[in-house]
Amino acid sequence: MISQFFVLSQRGDHIVFRDYRGEVPKGSAEIFFRKVKFWNEDEAEEAPPVFNIDGVNYVHVKVAGLFFVVTTMVNISPSLLLELLQRIARVTKDYLGVLNEDSLRKNFILVYELLDEVIDFGYPQTTSTEALKSYIFNEPIMVDAGRLPPLGPAAMFMQGTKRMPGTAVTKSVVANEPGGKKREEIFVDIIEKISVTFSSSGYILTSEIDGTIQMKSYLSGNPEIRLALNEDLGIGKNSSSTHDYRSSSGGGSVVLDDCNFHESVQLDSFDIDRTLHLIPPDGEFPVMNYRMTQEFKPPFRVTALIEEAGPSRAEVLLKIRADFPANVTANTITVQMPVPSYTMRASFELEAGAVGQTTDFKEGTRRLEWNLKKIVGGSEHTLRAKLTFSQESHGNLTKEAGPVNMNFTIPMYNASKLQVRYLQIAKKSKTYNPYRWVRYVTQANSYVARL
Amino acid sequence: MAPTAPSPAKSASPSQPSGKSEVSDLKQQLRQLAGSRAPDADDQRRDVFKRVISCMTAGIDVSAAFGEMVLCSATSDVVLKKMCYLYVGVHARAHPDLALLTINFLQRDCRDQDPTIRGLALRSLCSLRVPNLVEYLVTPLTTGLKDPSAYVRMVAAVGAAKLYHISATTCLDADLPAALKALMLSDPDAQIIILTLPCHMTIFTCPIISTTFAIKRTFGFGTSWHEEEEEVSLDGQVVANCLHSLLEIWTLEAANSEAAGREIETLYSKPVVFYLLNKIKEFSEWAQCHVLELASKFIPSDNNEIFDIMNLLEDRLQHANGAVVLATIKVFLHLTMSMTDVHQQVYERIKAPLLTLVGAGSPEQSYSVLCHLHLLVMRAPMLFSSDYKSFYCQFSDPSYVKKLKLEMLTAIANESNTYEIVTELCEYAGNVDVPIARESIRAVGKIALQQYDVNAIVDRLLQFLEMDKDYVTAETLVLVKDLLRKYPQWSHDCIAVVGNISSQNIQEPKGKAALIWMLGEYSQDMHDAPYVLENLVDNWDEEQSPEVRLHLLTAVMKCFFKRPPETQKALGATLAAGLADTHQDVHDRALFYYRLLQYDPAVAERVVNPPKQAVSVFADTQSSEIKDRIFDEFNSLSVVYQKPSYMFTDKEHRGTFEYSEDLANLTVGADAPETVISAQRYQENDNDLLLSTSDKEDNGIRSSNGSYTSTYNAPSDLLSSQTPAETALINPSSSTYSTQTNFSLDDLLGLGVPDASAPPPPPALALNSKPVLDPATFQKKWGQLALSFSQECSLSLQGAASLMNPQSLIRHMQSNYIQCIASGGQPPNYKFYFYGQKAGAAAFYLVECIVNTASAKAQLKIKAEDGTTAEAFSTLFQSVLSQFGHS
Repeated sequence: MISQFFVLSQRGDHIVFRDYRGEVPKGSAEIFFRKVKFWNEDEAEEAPPVFNIDGVNYVHVKVAGLFFVVTTMVNISPSLLLELLQRIARVTKDYLGVLNEDSLRKNFILVYELLDEVIDFGYPQTTSTEALKSYIFNEPIMVDAGRLPPLGPAAMFMQGTKRMPGTAVTKSVVANEPGGKKREEIFVDIIEKISVTFSSSGYILTSEIDGTIQMKSYLSGNPEIRLALNEDLGIGKNSSSTHDYRSSSGGGSVVLDDCNFHESVQLDSFDIDRTLHLIPPDGEFPVMNYRMTQEFKPPFRVTALIEEAGPSRAEVLLKIRADFPANVTANTITVQMPVPSYTMRASFELEAGAVGQTTDFKEGTRRLEWNLKKIVGGSEHTLRAKLTFSQESHGNLTKEAGPVNMNFTIPMYNASKLQVRYLQIAKKSKTYNPYRWVRYVTQANSYVARL
Repeated sequence: MAPTAPSPAKSASPSQPSGKSEVSDLKQQLRQLAGSRAPDADDQRRDVFKRVISCMTAGIDVSAAFGEMVLCSATSDVVLKKMCYLYVGVHARAHPDLALLTINFLQRDCRDQDPTIRGLALRSLCSLRVPNLVEYLVTPLTTGLKDPSAYVRMVAAVGAAKLYHISATTCLDADLPAALKALMLSDPDAQIIILTLPCHMTIFTCPIISTTFAIKRTFGFGTSWHEEEEEVSLDGQVVANCLHSLLEIWTLEAANSEAAGREIETLYSKPVVFYLLNKIKEFSEWAQCHVLELASKFIPSDNNEIFDIMNLLEDRLQHANGAVVLATIKVFLHLTMSMTDVHQQVYERIKAPLLTLVGAGSPEQSYSVLCHLHLLVMRAPMLFSSDYKSFYCQFSDPSYVKKLKLEMLTAIANESNTYEIVTELCEYAGNVDVPIARESIRAVGKIALQQYDVNAIVDRLLQFLEMDKDYVTAETLVLVKDLLRKYPQWSHDCIAVVGNISSQNIQEPKGKAALIWMLGEYSQDMHDAPYVLENLVDNWDEEQSPEVRLHLLTAVMKCFFKRPPETQKALGATLAAGLADTHQDVHDRALFYYRLLQYDPAVAERVVNPPKQAVSVFADTQSSEIKDRIFDEFNSLSVVYQKPSYMFTDKEHRGTFEYSEDLANLTVGADAPETVISAQRYQENDNDLLLSTSDKEDNGIRSSNGSYTSTYNAPSDLLSSQTPAETALINPSSSTYSTQTNFSLDDLLGLGVPDASAPPPPPALALNSKPVLDPATFQKKWGQLALSFSQECSLSLQGAASLMNPQSLIRHMQSNYIQCIASGGQPPNYKFYFYGQKAGAAAFYLVECIVNTASAKAQLKIKAEDGTTAEAFSTLFQSVLSQFGHS
């Protein structure tokens, strides 16, 4: 039973505030905000998503820089509340097109309307964008998406490639197009977050891919869709490890550890031909989540060296090699490396002819930061840095610095080799031929090289 | 930071942040618009309404505009209506008379042609929360429950619970629960109580053939589920809402009536549970969670039912919604509690889905799932030992996630993976994130304490000391100390390294205390121990931490017994400083040592520096009782907080699924006699290891020397009879002791000598000092025996006040040969089951004792196997109980 739901801005302003049961004392939003803002300040720890103050349980998620919060007095499932909060954020995004402080403020009446239907007396009701349509009467007020910093996984497509219409993914499921007619289209995004840890000698210590096949449908009339994946897709680590291990290193079949599905997905023939059948509901939703720990080729090789160069000096060498095809380009790459706490200064030396690269020494956190706008597949980049210490270093420099952490986005590339073979839409008529967008993207989740 | 800043109303007069004049401005505009028939009046009203709600959201009091809002609510514009209802719902309570004005509109709307309007009006009507308007709710609710539109029925079902909260009697008088129940079970198939399983789906089968069956992987079955389209039918939600309301109403009502208790039992009964499970796919994912929660409390009558339920729900484990998966897992875990091997298979089956959920969602979602994984890992670490890589910390993990992962890594370390885990943990020790670095070092230490082969780990720990980082050194010292308590054989290697650490370099009390402990404990092996300690004593006044000073006292004592000539001077200074200390504990310990030395140095040595047994197991910080409690509350906030719900929720909000407390659920075992004496087994609480060491040493003496008073009184006797202290101290083995009695003893004479307490009146009935009765027999006897006595007696006020936890009373009763078999509750109510046995006879006396500390009263129910002595036992029990708190 949920007592209250509210959305707070980063400054703690109430954007919406709904009390469902009238049992939580006044001022809960302020209590919550103060707690989150000043959670264990000395150790700079982040507040956990669930905490209890004076018998009130506060559960929150951060979406688009906003706090989505519910309070409850009873001991209920935290996962239910967290999933619900995410879902409310998603439904709101479906309606508003863009989810951020501005769009929420402009449409707060619509959000109240949604909240009225989504939760009644603290009990979650329906969260299906489609089912909610008949109860929502406000028209969304659109905000200009172009001006705003892009948010969410779909946003990454807007910067790198010009292949998709940028506005399509930020349009509301209910708003009408200026032309009056809705464009029939469907987006399927294969988004992979990869985690790799390299040992100091360059071996891969751990690697994991957490992937999602995300769908966003603007098709009218709910046609059935068939989504075919790799025919030789294996599922279950144990089921195939015996015979697949050898072939997988040669780039053979893809073996997922495990996966789960959206409830609209029918798996009738999944065992036979690895095809998912579904009638996609309106709005954005994950068709399938999967996890893979099978070995894969990491997109980047990172080497980092730190060496003493005189009594209170050291030299750092960072090298990145892009191990993916030349027709693929990674963008917004950040490489960070913590350096010894007694580092005073750092001077950088980029390679000759470097374009779109910046470097920085963050004094507060004692980190070197190296930003690259893009990296073309197959290329290699190096950065040298000279460090000046305030004292003589004692002992082992490699214990005082690192590990190197890297962030990046690679559009039109997926590390797991999971493919959508085809996306078939049940035809309504001969002329019916909606736009289909199948897009891949790989992001770094935790990409670490130890010294 | 200005969290209360009312900024959403940007469009409206930002120059008047108080909102006062803004409200009057809005009022005026509303008044103008109230009767307006201008073509754009609705648009204007929308604008003003929006501003009112915007102010309301920002926390500005707009209740003054109530009348005007109501006047404007007569409109056919749905958007306006909704805004108005939202406003009225928030403010009606403060304006019950004005709220009456809205009733008319709402009631009319409840009869509207459009089901959406009907539903909306009914929901708003029930949300008014005005007690004197309840009469207007009954008819719309009763009609609403029978409405042809599922949407209206869905709203009405929740409305019934709302009405119950405003006026329980109105709700019950109108017989709404019965209507809800009828609606919930209205499906024609309601009578069928067999689970309709897809025929070829047998994944879980009887354990008899369990050797041959492996749990089928997720994709082994073909046509298992046919979702009814993607649009979850509203009928499912109607049923779900009925269930919500019924559970809420009956749970609250159960306190007053037994009939309600029976109603709840019906909800947990087979027909209802099976009926709902059969429909599970018609429910929205949120309602599924609720039904699954209900199912997890269902008690199946045989194993086939268990397997049927599990096979039916198997596919829920691959749902993308983590809440559904966790709710399903709870059903599986609870159903299989009594079947060890199937239970274990369930663990194996749920591992992969849980790990996928950890990776799939937002950090917050994965946190909740990880908390549950943490609970499972802690319960069955072996089952996860091969998955250790999944628990490695990732760069992007927030620190609350990293902490959980470190604990899991610690728990699952075993012979096969320790090397990898410790290597990984050592990487974190140099982490820029200091709290995590600390936790990692602690984790390494804990693993060392669990393992047999600690050789390599000790080396790593000692390497930490070479890192020369303040916090690393401090943490490592604490660990080395613990390690030495368990593996004294490592002392030589460790001492060599520890000896090189200068105490000046350690700032943190815990680390310093650990170093001092080692200096005291191993002063025979550390060459300059007396001099290091002496230095520390010289700086006594600068030492901030009482913990460090306490340890210094003890360490100097130990050192003195080992190397008297070198330490003598330091000891005198230490005791003097300790006696002058402002901290009560430090002062008391110094005084205690001082008197002990006066009484007999040999005894003092036995107390302070007895030969130590290596600690075999460090006690867990949480009792198994609490852990089981949390496990019972799987898929709830308890798991995240790692506390059972009674520790963070008040009774009325304990939730609809809470277990009732009765004999069957009271935990047994934690208070059994053998665990109470565990003090001598050196089972220490990890939280403050060192302090408790010495406390427990004291305990040990207390029990070995007979009674506490005898040792304690001795020196005062000596002093009061003017016997020179020296006579007691002259001891052939160490004549050096005598010289340190050079402070004024007179100051100390008046202190701390306890009055001999009055001996308890001799019991009329002799009880067996060590009766043995196991819980099952107790329960059986309790069920068979008739009640001998039932009465109320009072506790002394001191007794009531000192009953902070059940343990204190249990110990008291135990000292009078009355044993506790089960206890429970929290302040102010405790419930105990005691038993005693007549000395030299087989007859048992059983007691149920409910204590309320607020009223200092106890309700007793006594059952006796030997009726003739029942009264004597009752008298004895009451007299013992009344003495509680005096001794």
